[in-house]
Amino acid sequence: MTNTWQDIKNANVVLVMGGNAAEAHPCGFKWVIEAKIENKAKLVVVDPRFTRTASVADVYAPIRPGTDIAFLSGVMRYLLENDAIQHAYVKAYTNASLIVKEGFGFEDGLFTGYNEEKRSYDKSSWDYELDEQGYAKSDDTWQHPRCVINLLKQHVARYTPELVSRICGTPQDKYLEICKIFASTAAPDKALTSLFALGWTQHSVGAQNIRAMAMVQLLLGNIGVAGGGMNALRGHSNIQGLTDVGLMSNLLPGYMTIPKDSDVTLDKYLETKQFKPLRPGQTSYWQNYRKFFVSFQKALYGDAAKAENNWAYDWLPKLDVDGYDVLRAFERMDNGQMNGYICQGFNPMQAFPDRGKIRRSLSKLKYLVVIDPLDTETANFWQDYGPQNPSKPAEIQTEVFQLPTTCFAEEEGSLVNSARWLQWHWKAADAPGEAKPDLWIMAGLYHRLKSMYAKDGGAFPAPILNLSWSYADPAEPQPAELAREMNGRALVDIKDDTGAVVLKAGQQLDGFAQLRDDGTTMSGCWIFAGSWTEKGNQMARRDASDPRDAGIAPNWAWAWPANRRILYNRASADLDGKAWNPHKPVIQWNGSKWVGFDVPDYGPTVKPQDGVGPFIMNQEGQGRLFARGLMVEGPFPEHYEPFESPAENVLHPKVKSNPAARVFPNDRKAMGTAQDFPYVGTTYRLTEHFHYWTKHALINAILQPEEFVEIGEALAKEKGIEQGGWVKVSSKRGQVICKAFVTKRIKPLMVDGKPTHVIGCPIHWGFTGVARKGYGANTLTPFVGDANTNTPEFKAFLLNIEKTSAPPAVDVAQGPRDAQGVPKSLTKVGSL
Amino acid sequence: MDLSRRGFIKLSGAGLAASSLGALGFGLAGSALAASVRPFRLTAATETRNTCTYCSVACGILIYSQGDRAKNVKSSVIHIEGDPDHPVNRGTLCPKGAGLLDIVRAPGRLTVPKYRPAGASEWKEVSWDFALDRIATLMKQDRDAHFVEKNAAGDTVNRWLSTGMLAASASSSETAYATWKVARSLGMLAFDNQARV
Amino acid sequence: MADLQSQDYIRRSATNLTPPSVRHHELEVAKLIDVSRCIGCKACQSACMEWNNLRPEMEEFHGAYENPHDLNPGTWTLMRFAEYEDEQGNLEWLIRKDGCMHCEDPGCLKACPAPGAIVQYANGIVDFISENCIGCGYCVKGCPFNIPRISAQDHKSYKCTLCSDRVGVGLEPACVKTCPTGAIMFGSKDDMKDWAGERIAELKERGFQNAGLYDPPEVGGTHVMYVLHHADKPSLYSGLPDKPHISALVGAWKGFLKPLALAGLAFAAVSTFVHSIVSGPNETTEEDEEAARREMSGPEMSGRGNSEGKGKS
Repeated sequence: MTNTWQDIKNANVVLVMGGNAAEAHPCGFKWVIEAKIENKAKLVVVDPRFTRTASVADVYAPIRPGTDIAFLSGVMRYLLENDAIQHAYVKAYTNASLIVKEGFGFEDGLFTGYNEEKRSYDKSSWDYELDEQGYAKSDDTWQHPRCVINLLKQHVARYTPELVSRICGTPQDKYLEICKIFASTAAPDKALTSLFALGWTQHSVGAQNIRAMAMVQLLLGNIGVAGGGMNALRGHSNIQGLTDVGLMSNLLPGYMTIPKDSDVTLDKYLETKQFKPLRPGQTSYWQNYRKFFVSFQKALYGDAAKAENNWAYDWLPKLDVDGYDVLRAFERMDNGQMNGYICQGFNPMQAFPDRGKIRRSLSKLKYLVVIDPLDTETANFWQDYGPQNPSKPAEIQTEVFQLPTTCFAEEEGSLVNSARWLQWHWKAADAPGEAKPDLWIMAGLYHRLKSMYAKDGGAFPAPILNLSWSYADPAEPQPAELAREMNGRALVDIKDDTGAVVLKAGQQLDGFAQLRDDGTTMSGCWIFAGSWTEKGNQMARRDASDPRDAGIAPNWAWAWPANRRILYNRASADLDGKAWNPHKPVIQWNGSKWVGFDVPDYGPTVKPQDGVGPFIMNQEGQGRLFARGLMVEGPFPEHYEPFESPAENVLHPKVKSNPAARVFPNDRKAMGTAQDFPYVGTTYRLTEHFHYWTKHALINAILQPEEFVEIGEALAKEKGIEQGGWVKVSSKRGQVICKAFVTKRIKPLMVDGKPTHVIGCPIHWGFTGVARKGYGANTLTPFVGDANTNTPEFKAFLLNIEKTSAPPAVDVAQGPRDAQGVPKSLTKVGSL
Repeated sequence: MDLSRRGFIKLSGAGLAASSLGALGFGLAGSALAASVRPFRLTAATETRNTCTYCSVACGILIYSQGDRAKNVKSSVIHIEGDPDHPVNRGTLCPKGAGLLDIVRAPGRLTVPKYRPAGASEWKEVSWDFALDRIATLMKQDRDAHFVEKNAAGDTVNRWLSTGMLAASASSSETAYATWKVARSLGMLAFDNQARV
Repeated sequence: MADLQSQDYIRRSATNLTPPSVRHHELEVAKLIDVSRCIGCKACQSACMEWNNLRPEMEEFHGAYENPHDLNPGTWTLMRFAEYEDEQGNLEWLIRKDGCMHCEDPGCLKACPAPGAIVQYANGIVDFISENCIGCGYCVKGCPFNIPRISAQDHKSYKCTLCSDRVGVGLEPACVKTCPTGAIMFGSKDDMKDWAGERIAELKERGFQNAGLYDPPEVGGTHVMYVLHHADKPSLYSGLPDKPHISALVGAWKGFLKPLALAGLAFAAVSTFVHSIVSGPNETTEEDEEAARREMSGPEMSGRGNSEGKGKS
C-alpha cells in the first residue's frame, strides 16, 4: 500500500477492482464504510461476481475475468478524451512530457523488438530520446508526437466504450457511469483510492493490470495524496515483511536483487543498477545502492566481508535465469532436476496450480521437509486419501519430515502489515508438545551443516563457515537480536562532515541515511534502518494518537521507509508546496522546510522551486506513464486474453495472449479449449476462511463447512443443476466433485456477442483439517504465470460443469485409506 | 431436574408451582433472583498483545491466557479478542480473527516431529535430533553432489539448484531474516514465499 | 453469584413477585444492527461462538451461505442472506444478522411457566437462566421472531443473552465488539435511536427512500433494532416479520389461566411439584407428549420450532 488503512477514509471514491476487500480484509474495509459515512464517498466495485463488497457498493459492474486492462485502458481513453486529468500534476509529476526514441512502435499486438522464438523483446527502443548530457528530452507543450502523453493517447484510442463492452462483457451504461465517477477525482482536491489484491495479480498480465491502474491514478493526480494511492491489500500477516527481507528467488533484503551470471564482478553488478538521473537535479535514491549493499554484506559476513574480497560478493549465488520462481521450481522437480524441498509454513499442494503436477513432482523428490504448526496436504501428499488425493505410498520413494512449530501466540517478533508498518508482538502461551520456533529449527539445521562442513569439508564451504552468527545462544537466536541486526549499527565511530561523532562504534543506526559504502556500517535490511535505534524498539510503540484524525498515527509502531506513512507524499502538494487539497494536507512547504503529520518522502529542506520530482526512487523523479524497459511485455499495458479463454483477441487475433509469458511445453499441452471447456473459471477466497489454514479451526469449519462452486441461474438451468446439488467441474487438468451454489450474483456476460458463463471456485478445502474433505480448486488451474512475476493465472481459465450424483460415503470419509483402499476412519468405527 | 412438558402441563410442574409458591410466600423466587448471569470469564486471565496471524491488515489482538504466569503453571490460551487501542482494527476482528482460539487449539496442531521413510505407508514419531541430523545429512549430500561453483564461462556463480525452499509468510521478519541467511549461504536460489502466488 | 450491577430484574417468568429494581435509574440498552453497512462476514457469529463456548455441529453445504442452516441451541446468532431483485432488475444482497430481539414485551418470558427461567433486566436484556429451564418449549411458541431453540442434549432452551456477562462488567456484547464495519452498535436505546436517525437520513440521501428503523411497537419495541434500507418491507430480509405479534395463546396463559391456577389449583400444583422433587426426573413418553399437546394447546401447539426438545427418550 502507498497509503495506510485508515487513510482510506479520506477518499472521495473507493474503487475495489481486482480484489474483494470486504471478504478478504473485513477489518481494513471498515475504513471504506467510514469513507462512505464520514466523507460521503462513493464505493465502486468491478468484479465478475456480485461479492459481499458489491453488496455495500454504490455502483457495481460485472467484468469478464482477465479483461481488466481493456477496461482500464478505456478509462484512460475517457479521461484523456474528456480532458478529465489533473493537468498541473500530470505535467510536473509524471513523464508525460518526455520524448520517446524514434523507432518505438506498436503494431498488431506487439511492441517493437519482439523475438517470437525467444518469446521476449529487445527493449532498446522502449526508452527516451536523450540529450548530450544524457538527460531525457521533453516537450512541456505536449506538441511533440512522440512525447509520452501523445503516445499514450494513441495507444488507448482503440479502447472505445463499444470495444470495452465487447471484450469485458460490462454493460456500456455501467461502464460509462464508472468512467464519470473516476473523472470526478481529477479535481485537485478530490481523491480516488484503488484497493486491489490477487484479483489483479493472478493473471498472465497481472503486473500490467496494476500498472494500468497506477497510470489512471497518475492521470487523476491521485498518488501521494490523502485518500488516494495504489493500495495492494496483501494476503498474509507478514507477506510484506518476507518480501521486504528478500525471501524471493530474485531478491536480496530491501529490494536489492540477486546478481546474475553476467554481473561477473561487484562493479559490473552495481553498474546495472542504473543510478544516473534522467533529468537534471533529480534524487534518484538508488544512487546509494552501494551503501545498502556493502552494509548488507557486512551484516551477512561480518569481518570476513572486506574491501579486498569485494565485500564477499562472490559468496552470493548468481542467477542464470530471471528467477527460480515456484513454477520453474516445480517444473524442474517434475523433470527430475530437484532432490530436496523445504516447505516452511507453506502448503504447495493447495497453493500452486495444477495439483496433479504438484503431487507428481513431490513424489520425485528424495526428501521433503515440512515445517508447520498444522498438518498439511503437502506433508501428506504420499498418502492415499481417495479421489481427493489418489496416491500409492509404496511407489513413492520420498523421505518426508514433518516438523511441528510454534504459532503466532507462542512467539514474539515483528510483522509488516500491508501499509508497511512493522509491529512487534509478544508471546502469550507455551508451545504445544514438542513444537519449536522456526528460528530454532533453522539454527539447528545451520549448525549441523556448519559443523559437518568444518569437519568434513565439501562443496564451497566459505559462505557457510563465515556466515555471521554471533547471537547470545547460537542454537536459538532471539528475535530482538535479529531485529537489531536488520536495523544495523555503526562498526566504527561515524563522523559527519564537520568531523563530529554522530554514532559511536556499536551504536544502532538512526536511519539509512547513515549507511556507508566503506564497510564502517552494517545493516541486514536497509529499509528497516530506524526500526530499532538507540532509543529502543520502535516497532513496539503504542501511541495511537492521530493528529486531526488524518489517518496517519505516526507514533504507532514504525513504518518503512523512515517511518513514512504515505509514499510519494511530496505529490500531495502543488508545485509551490501547498496541499492540492487544503482540507487534507499531508506535507506542505512552510518557507524553510516541509512540515506535516507524516515524514516527508523528500529532502526535508529541498525547496519546491528546485524542481526535484516527488518520485525520488525513479531516475526521472516522476511517475511513469511510459514504463521504459522495466516490464517484459511492453511500456504500455495491452489487452491480452488469458491463456485459457473462450474469446478471440478482437484487437489482434494473431497475438491472443501475453507474448512474453513463459509457458513450459507440457503445460501448454495441458491447456484446454473452449470447445471442450466452454465456461470461464475463477478462484477466490470466502470471508469465512483463511486460505488452507482455517479448515483446521472448528469455528470457521462450522461457518463454511464444505467445498462448492458458484454458478449463475442461467447456466444452472441450461445444465439441469439444482440448488445445492452435486456437480462435476473439470478442466483439462483435473476434476472436482462438489456441490453447486446457484446464485443471482453471477450472470452471463455478453462477450463479443456471445453469452459467457463464469464458474466461481472458492479455494479453501483439502483433505486435512476438521472441515469436510475437498479436492481443492487448484486441481483445475493452469500452470502459467504472469510474464513479469510468474504469479499463477488462478483468476481466469476454462472449465466444464456437469450435474452428477452424490459420491459414495467412502469418497467423502475423512482421513487416509489403508492398503486395501478403505478409509482408516471407517475401519476404526467398523461401520463401512 | 428434567420434567416433561406433560409433567408441567398437568397444571403443573415446576413452572406454575413455583410461581404459586413465590406468590404464597415460599421465597423460592428470591434465591432464583440471586442466581444471575454467568460469571465473567476473564477475571484472572493474563492479557498479552499480539497481532492476528491471518491477513495483512494485521489487526491488534489481545490474547487471554490462563492464570497469572506463575512459575508452576503452563499457560494456555483461553480467549482472543480485538485490541481496542489498535488504530486500524480498533478492537474489531473478522470471522477468522474472532475464531483464532480454534487455530491455536486446533486438533491439527502438530506436537511431535514425524518421519516417513521412503515407500512407507505410515508416519512414525521421531526425536528432534534424529530429524535434524537426517535432514542436514541429506542436504549436505545433495549440495556436495550438485553445487555449481562455476558456470560454463568459468565465472563464479555458487548456486545450489537441486534443493529449494518455500518460506512462511506468517513467520516474523526476524525468522525470515535468519531463514534468508541460512538458505542463501548454502547457495539456494529456488527460494520463494507466498508473495509469489 | 455475580453482582447484577445495572441489570437488576424487572420481570421474571412465572412469578408474581414484584422485582426489587426500579427501572428509572437504569439505562435501557440496545443493540443497533445497521444492515446497510453489514458485509455479511459472519464475524458476529464467530465471536458469539468463541465467547460463549459454543461449537454447534458442523453441517453440510446446502445451497446457501447460511451455516449452520438455522439457529440452533449452539447458534445464537446467524447471518441470513437474501438475493433480492427489484422491479428494475437491480440486484441487492440483503444480509441480516438474526438472533434474539430482546423485546420490551417479551413473548418468551410471558409464555414461560418455569419460575425464573427467563428474566428481563432493568436494562432491557431478556436472559434465559438455564438452571431454571424445564425445556417445555413454551418460549419457542411465545417468541414472535422464532428465536429460542431447545437442546436435545440437556433439554433446555437457548438463545442470545446479549452477552449479559460482558454487559454486566461494562463491556459490549462480543458480536458488537468484533463487527469489522461497525454495523453492530451498542449503547443506550436513546443513543442508538439517535444514531439510527443519522444513518437513515444518509441512506435517504443515497436514494433509499424507504430507509427506516425496525423497532416494532407490537412487542413494545425491541432492544435489538435494525436500520433497514427497505423498512417498508422487513420481510425482504429473510423473513423478518413485518408485524411481529405474540401468539394469542400466551395472552390466554397470562390473562386467564395463570390467575385461575393461582387461586384454585395451588394445592394441586404444589403437590405435583413436591412429587417431582422427591421422585427425581420424570420420564416422558411420546404418548405423554401427545396428550400434553391436546390438553393444553390444541392445534396451535403442534408444528414449529420444538423438534429438538421433543422428549428425551
